[in-house]
Amino acid sequence: MSPVASNPPQPGSTHSSVIRNFCIVAHIDHGKSTLADRMLQSTKVVTPREMQNQFLDNMDIERERGITIKSQAVRMPWQVGNEDYILNMIDTPGHVDFAYEVSRSLAACEGAILLVDAAQGIEAQTLANLYMAMEHDLEIIPVLNKIDLPAAEPERYALEISNLIGIDPDDVLKVSGKTGEGVEELLDRVVRDVPAPSGDAEAPARAMIFDSIYDTYRGVITYVRMVDGKLEPRQGIQMMATGSTYELQESGIYSPDAIPSKGLGVGEVGYLITGVKDVAESKVGDTVTSKKQPAEAPIGGYREPQPMVFSGLYPIDGSDYPALREALEKLQLNDAALSYEPETSVALGFGFRVGFLGLLHLEIVRERLEREYNLDLISTAPNVIYNVTTEDGTVVRVTNPSEFPEGKITEVDEPMAMATVIVPSEFIGSVMELSQNKRGQLSGMDYLSEERVEIRYWIPLAEIVFDYFDLLKSRTKGYASLNWHRDGSQIADLVKVDILLQGDAVDAFSAITHRDHAYSYGVKMTSKLKELIPRQQFEVPIQAAIGSRIIARENIRAIRKDVLSKCYGGDISRKRKLLEKQKEGKKRMKMVGTVEVPQEAFIAALSTDTDT
Amino acid sequence: MLPDFVAAAVNGSDRTFSLYVHVPFCSSRCGYCDFNTYISPDLGPGASHESYADSAIKELEFAADAMEKSGVAAKPLHSVFFGGGTPTLLQATDLTRILQRAEQLFGIEDAAEITTEANPDSLSLDAVQRLADGGFNRISMGMQSSVSHVLQVLERTHNPDNVEIAAGWIRDSGLEMSLDLIFGTPGESIADWKRSLDAVLTLEPDHVSAYGLIVEDGTKLAAQIRRGVYPNTDPDDQADKYLLTERRLAAAGYRWYEISNWAYDPHDEGIHQSQHNLAYWRDQDWWGIGPGAHSHMAGLRWWNAKHPAAYASRVLANKSPAIGHEIPDSDARLLEKIMLGVRLAEGLDIEELAAQNKEAAALVQREAKVLGAQELIESSALENGKIVPTLKGRLLDDAITRRLAGF
Repeated sequence: MSPVASNPPQPGSTHSSVIRNFCIVAHIDHGKSTLADRMLQSTKVVTPREMQNQFLDNMDIERERGITIKSQAVRMPWQVGNEDYILNMIDTPGHVDFAYEVSRSLAACEGAILLVDAAQGIEAQTLANLYMAMEHDLEIIPVLNKIDLPAAEPERYALEISNLIGIDPDDVLKVSGKTGEGVEELLDRVVRDVPAPSGDAEAPARAMIFDSIYDTYRGVITYVRMVDGKLEPRQGIQMMATGSTYELQESGIYSPDAIPSKGLGVGEVGYLITGVKDVAESKVGDTVTSKKQPAEAPIGGYREPQPMVFSGLYPIDGSDYPALREALEKLQLNDAALSYEPETSVALGFGFRVGFLGLLHLEIVRERLEREYNLDLISTAPNVIYNVTTEDGTVVRVTNPSEFPEGKITEVDEPMAMATVIVPSEFIGSVMELSQNKRGQLSGMDYLSEERVEIRYWIPLAEIVFDYFDLLKSRTKGYASLNWHRDGSQIADLVKVDILLQGDAVDAFSAITHRDHAYSYGVKMTSKLKELIPRQQFEVPIQAAIGSRIIARENIRAIRKDVLSKCYGGDISRKRKLLEKQKEGKKRMKMVGTVEVPQEAFIAALSTDTDT
Repeated sequence: MLPDFVAAAVNGSDRTFSLYVHVPFCSSRCGYCDFNTYISPDLGPGASHESYADSAIKELEFAADAMEKSGVAAKPLHSVFFGGGTPTLLQATDLTRILQRAEQLFGIEDAAEITTEANPDSLSLDAVQRLADGGFNRISMGMQSSVSHVLQVLERTHNPDNVEIAAGWIRDSGLEMSLDLIFGTPGESIADWKRSLDAVLTLEPDHVSAYGLIVEDGTKLAAQIRRGVYPNTDPDDQADKYLLTERRLAAAGYRWYEISNWAYDPHDEGIHQSQHNLAYWRDQDWWGIGPGAHSHMAGLRWWNAKHPAAYASRVLANKSPAIGHEIPDSDARLLEKIMLGVRLAEGLDIEELAAQNKEAAALVQREAKVLGAQELIESSALENGKIVPTLKGRLLDDAITRRLAGF
């Protein structure tokens, strides 16, 4: 007896009663990809031989970091009893930066597998996504993974999960993605527990976009969940939020490769190709409808992507500026959340102020620019958006310290976040100390079990963006997990700290910080720069200042010896080559006033360190 | 064979021709040393204490032959320098034998300076006299320091007392004497360095070389510093000691003529300066004999196989021991010219530079004004068309070079 569907229903003509749409909510490393691979194998969608390990993550960076950035959806046939079913597994991004994308993926499903590592228990991000899934009324199927591990404690964590979602601990499935144990039972359970999609097959077509990616050969590939009606190739379609219309060139499903279909029917999950070249034309959350017979209202929940973190990106070699612009243009084709505008820094030259969803998004974009486009970049310290009210009542939106208004300021409004931290209870003290130090206000604390606590802090987004997570990890020996979402704003006593070299402010080093932290920022930067900037022929004072008030000072003493003592026969070529090398190195120097600052100093000074 | 341009540039010119002979042997290896030298007295055929002189003579003959075949007119040697290693580990007769063969092949100018380096422990009165009789007129002795804990860090094994004894022999044999010193060794105090300078002055050498210690990659000392056995050298400490050196030596009648070199010349007659070293800095021609030796003729630079056995097997087979060469392009030659010129008290001659490259000379002229204002070069010399570093400028000589070379 094989549970694999013998004669599965075809895309476009599948009755919604046999469709089960689900996703997997899991923390990084809790084995989501391995479990997904197992499901593909159990349903014979891929043979073991074809198995490219961790099928769902198809970008290099994702694989290296073990994070799913872009979601995909796979159609898997499965038989229970004599009935053939279609399971659509929708992959969700696992990181907090992509909370909106997660919410759209969840909205495309009726059920969610809550996957928890049986040796580690639930983590903050999983919890956040679980709450989100529950808000979407998804049927939750709790699963403990990695039960084959010697350190697994399934009973303990089953209890933790049952406390969280209010079910019997015995209802928590126990599987091993590695050995395959329990995977078929899980598939059966999906069929049994996840409700079939409820949509109107006769109504005007409505499909929700839960992802769109740019493919060099095909243009934009739009992933949709059909909510009502049907879409077929060659019909006219319309994007309801943008209003733009296209001809549908192709529809299809992934199983696991793209298979074109005659159409997509109600409840089905698949892809659309319209010939669009820019993902911004096919926005996550938007509703696709028929041009001829449009739906009256879009599916709810659409939102424009909102960058929350800004950073200046500058090419180390100024002549790479056009290449950087071109690379950003290309990345934007595939990343609707990425926004940028040109900016100029006195110290760093021409670059871009780039908006990101969060820090991970920033790191990924930066890494892709460096790796895929071969650019050497300097990125300035990440910044959030402040609203600064000046004395005359003008409100200035500040995404860059250099925009911080001079003169008298009435108030500064800073964005806040609600941060959720899950840690073993022994670290409560460390987490509270750090969070308070980072200006957080305790908003609640719950014991998930005797050993693990969920702590919630209302905390300035700027602190999260700066080094809160790094410090959190180091102070909790890596045990803490963090999740956050934007949550209001507050008026705070914030100031701009400038760093001056020989009396000239270096814009790239300016920072907006709380008045209480200004001094420590000033001391840290001045002493760091003292180490990083080589001695010059004259003394170079390095100062930190708020306005005209100096709050910290260091001196780089003038160099007194800059000569190689020996220069005989064989030394001549050697010394000449050394000088030629210095000449090359000089190209990597930026002149700040009369001070030569090596690029490395900018990079090192702007990188946040975790050792503090 | 040498490229055609060498003969064209050398023949009929006033370029001088010098000879360097490398002796790649030492009795022990000093921790700071990265020279091409070996402890074993026998590294193979033609590469032992006994047989090395024959290999060197072979290369001399090869050199004379190659020059003749390339149409480079023979010139009597302007200077000869035996360096190492420790040349005096060879028998004095071996050294004089090499010198005599060179004289037969090339001739030697009447007033030629003929030097050998020596370690105080490897000298004897007999050897000094033999060297004097065999044509040497100058000995450069590696003294480094007179302070025993400093010598220990450098791993110099010689007994400081032997320096004084050897200096007496050199004097008595009528030879000129130069002393080599190192300052800025880890653990050396200012007082230690003063003691060394005092010791030097009592020996009344004709010439003093004093180098700030350079910790070269790959040396034992570099590893010791990395491991924290010794502190690293401190450029400020070296600057202080350099200024002290200048003050003490100048007060005793010595004049600097190159960054790290002083000649006893109380009446400013230009005497006692090392003619051989000046040949390097004045961009003259020289042939370097021996393993790893570098040569230069009219812009062509080449260097020999480094290991003595590899070197010897080549020369014994009548093959060139050179394993690499370069012909620096005009930019590189320009940089060399500036770099070498500004190390000298006689300075960089702007007019000479203009003959090489007009634009470069114009740049130097412009930048010199800035350097003059910064008191890094002598304004009076500039009026005569020369770039001469001031005392402050000598310590920042590489910065001067960079500025004049336009970067």
